[in-house]
Amino acid sequence: MLDLLIVLGKIAILVGCLLGGAAFLTWVERKQSAAMQDRIGPNRADIFGFTLWGLFHPIADGIKMLVKEDLRPRFADPYIFPIAPLLAFFPAMVAFAVIPWGGTLKFGAEPDLLLIPLQLADLNVGILFIFAVASISVYGVILGGWSSANKWSLLGGMRGASQMLSYEVSMGLSAMGIFMIYETMSLAKIAQAQGDLFFGFIPAWGIVLQPAAFVLFMVAAIAETKRVPFDLPESESELIAGYFLEYSGMKFGLFFMGEFIEIIVAGSIITTLFLGSYQIPYLGPEGLQIPGLELWAMGPNFIAILQCMAFLVKTAAMVFLLQSIRWTLPRFRYDQLMKLGWKVLFPLAIANLLVTAILCLLLT
Amino acid sequence: METGTVGAFLEPGEKEGDFILNMGPQHPATHGVLRVILRTEGENVVDCDSDIGYLHRGQEKTAENLPYVEFTPYTDRLDYIAAPAMNLTWVEACERLLQLEVPERAKYIRVIIAELTRLASHLLWLGTHAMDIGALTLFLYCFREREMVLDLFEGFGGARLTTHIFRVGGLPNDLPKGWLEDLEAFLDLFPSRLSDYHKLLTKNRIWLRRTKGIGVVTADECVDWGLSGPLIRGSGIALDLRRKQPYEIYDRLDFDIPTQEEGDVYARYLVRMEEMNQSLRILRQCVDQLPSGPFIGKVPKRLKAPKGELYHATESPRGEFGFYIYSDGGTQPARVKIRAPSFINLQALPVLIRGALLADVVAVIGSIDIVLGEVDR
Repeated sequence: MLDLLIVLGKIAILVGCLLGGAAFLTWVERKQSAAMQDRIGPNRADIFGFTLWGLFHPIADGIKMLVKEDLRPRFADPYIFPIAPLLAFFPAMVAFAVIPWGGTLKFGAEPDLLLIPLQLADLNVGILFIFAVASISVYGVILGGWSSANKWSLLGGMRGASQMLSYEVSMGLSAMGIFMIYETMSLAKIAQAQGDLFFGFIPAWGIVLQPAAFVLFMVAAIAETKRVPFDLPESESELIAGYFLEYSGMKFGLFFMGEFIEIIVAGSIITTLFLGSYQIPYLGPEGLQIPGLELWAMGPNFIAILQCMAFLVKTAAMVFLLQSIRWTLPRFRYDQLMKLGWKVLFPLAIANLLVTAILCLLLT
Repeated sequence: METGTVGAFLEPGEKEGDFILNMGPQHPATHGVLRVILRTEGENVVDCDSDIGYLHRGQEKTAENLPYVEFTPYTDRLDYIAAPAMNLTWVEACERLLQLEVPERAKYIRVIIAELTRLASHLLWLGTHAMDIGALTLFLYCFREREMVLDLFEGFGGARLTTHIFRVGGLPNDLPKGWLEDLEAFLDLFPSRLSDYHKLLTKNRIWLRRTKGIGVVTADECVDWGLSGPLIRGSGIALDLRRKQPYEIYDRLDFDIPTQEEGDVYARYLVRMEEMNQSLRILRQCVDQLPSGPFIGKVPKRLKAPKGELYHATESPRGEFGFYIYSDGGTQPARVKIRAPSFINLQALPVLIRGALLADVVAVIGSIDIVLGEVDR
């Protein structure tokens, strides 16, 4: 009973964080772009005269999407058209289930010791589960594009499908180096392994061991989340809005939210694999142990909360970086995007894998 | 033509996967109400046809029914991005037809306004062109600077977009107090902003990939199609009416005509960027040389043109913009023909998008820099 409650509690926290985070990100994106473009940004929505730096805008947007008329184009497929946004939205949410977001909380003493790992499910296939689930969201894109019965949407759906498939390959290959080094696919174990130190002072983070893979994964992740310079499926100046052109109301809202959740998931995967997950350098199970200094003892729950915050900060930093690229670069052309994916990223990912494999073999 | 096929100029081809894509008149990258019908094979564009006239207001006919002076505000609505350039051409054409003298000071101020117009127009082009290719931030930067130019227009003539800023015979008023200081503040600020744009785009690798070798038009084709403005200068022909048939005081000013040989989207980008620089040079010279004196010459109350005809063209930001006026000796023109550079440049669209991809069509339309008010008239 207690186990079930704990799991439900974790689900509630995750869903709340993801949905709230996605709504918050719409505000971040608008304020960030405003700052970069020398504008003020959203500042008008208010409750009793309090604007709170425009933070009510996401709420207003949410209400707008829920109450807006939900239009279905006359020639759209009546069954697939409503399903597509769900297919784009839920995989992004589900992917977060296997990501560890903190150490272990400890309550009580032996024999009723209650351990709560801050992760919903520690699957032994870990990252493979994420890739598997993420690839379902391709269906959302292509079915949405096809069922709208609009040529622009169709083009957007086609672009989206081929782009996501191409970049998933390099993404998977660049993550493979990480599995080789930590010899596991479980994200919890990868996260634990990144708490170790090399030569007693360098944190064993993925970015230290696999710098090339980090860059490749970053690029592929931006392409996966369909953001500039890889926003071809929805490029507004060419395809108007791409695959979700015909969607309105909450169906559009699901595509929109799904995209922001994808960014959060991408940021947290990068954090988990390359930026030491929830690990804080020199913070061990007993407390802070900086080499050459005395141990600064801390309680296990305090450490777990600190780790949770560290994960949040790292993910937020990655998300901020992923978002800011949008306001900096022009967009690739379709053939150039494919060339980059298959002729540059793919060979580089394989080369990285090969070098990693040889080094692993030589060092063990 | 049957109702179902109105505007369907292109028939779908025999090949599989070959379809007709209707781009516009409501499309974010057609800059107004241009409708382009594309025949594509997947992403490759095979053929295209453009459908214009959604903004047709019968400007030429309107001119026949108005006294010469009263048509000036209508010219604002031709190329509404560069309204002063339209005003300038019309008032100059009228002055030549009616043989009116324009004071020196007015000529200088006209050139100042005309070059500011070129800046404002090129800024809008740069912003939208960059946005079409995906660089969103530059759009806002360009608008920030364009706003300063529009403020100058407002300070001088009272209006920002449809300016009606010149009068037949001179200007509506002299420069207001402090206007020249504002102008100089802008001239001091703008070069640094221009170099910011260069930093964002000129060597950006994605930008280069998206613009180099795209939409190529050779010098011969430019002449054949009658293209003008940055399009022809981007293909290596240094044709600029400010130099070739100097009007106002352009023969006294020192400026270069930037050209590029490649004739692609990137060449036209470089040409326009350098033109902004040259406009700054012209503006500085005008400010330094500005004489004092009256701002409007002697204009009779009732303007009656002698019998005859006249073609007068100026270099608008988009190319050779001209009015052909035929007068039968009355107070109103008997016939007015407008040579609109956007209209003539747009004709070459099928040439420019040979072998292009869908995304290139957007880049090419942006690089022609059309304004539909002028295309449709």
